[in-house]
Amino acid sequence: MATEKGATGAKDVLDRHYPSTLESVDQAESEILNAAGEAGFDEDDQHRIGMAVRECMVNAVVHGNRYNRNKQVHVAVLIEDAARFIIRITDQGEGFEVHEVPDPLHDQNLLRHSGRGLFLMGAFMDDMKVRKVPPAGTEVTLVKNIGPHE
Amino acid sequence: MSVKLNTRQVGDVTVIDVSGRITLGEGSSALRDALRELTAKGNKKILLNLGDVSYIDSSGIGELVSGFTTVANQGGTLKLLSLTKRVKDLLQITKLYTVFDVHEDEAHAVRSFA
Repeated sequence: MATEKGATGAKDVLDRHYPSTLESVDQAESEILNAAGEAGFDEDDQHRIGMAVRECMVNAVVHGNRYNRNKQVHVAVLIEDAARFIIRITDQGEGFEVHEVPDPLHDQNLLRHSGRGLFLMGAFMDDMKVRKVPPAGTEVTLVKNIGPHE
Repeated sequence: MSVKLNTRQVGDVTVIDVSGRITLGEGSSALRDALRELTAKGNKKILLNLGDVSYIDSSGIGELVSGFTTVANQGGTLKLLSLTKRVKDLLQITKLYTVFDVHEDEAHAVRSFA
């Protein structure tokens, strides 16, 4: 249920912990897509948000928590100042260094099987931040601006 | 809807009609298994019809790339047919659109293997 934080102009629209399973990927994608639809995003933007969320959830479940059922993925969605749709996805894994992730667009990496998730998140959202959270875990913040694009 | 695969023969070209979602899990593994089975049987001309694919994630892209290299390593060729706008956009932003030989017309695609 949505809650208002009047002082900050932020409205919480989702706050859930998911088990580290592939079913959670589908579930989080579906719930965030519902929230994105209610926030007024058109079909194309909903598709972009859904793809970014799917990539992020897969990273959290597969690479972060490594399917460990004792670890969870925390998903929080809020709308800030009615202008920014903000998704925070946090795992309990060992973390990684963003600058060490190979550039999937580099010629020598084009035919790699994996390694495109982080790039796609950035490509489909207006802003993305990755940070380590103590004592263990990675928090990814995905932002989509609400309103007409220039 | 998960992925569905239907394989048919057009001359010496094997066409795989793919529909649904190619995502991590069942979708991407089904495609991987189908391509490995075809290459193991010696099929060297494979056309992947993605006209009814509604969604591909990075894992699905990985399977397309792996399929491409697996078939090429066996001396064959994997080509793509009928990309939806979203799949085409995805291949373009990942710079893979120029890696694959992409066709919009099946007859033309089949002839291109000759």
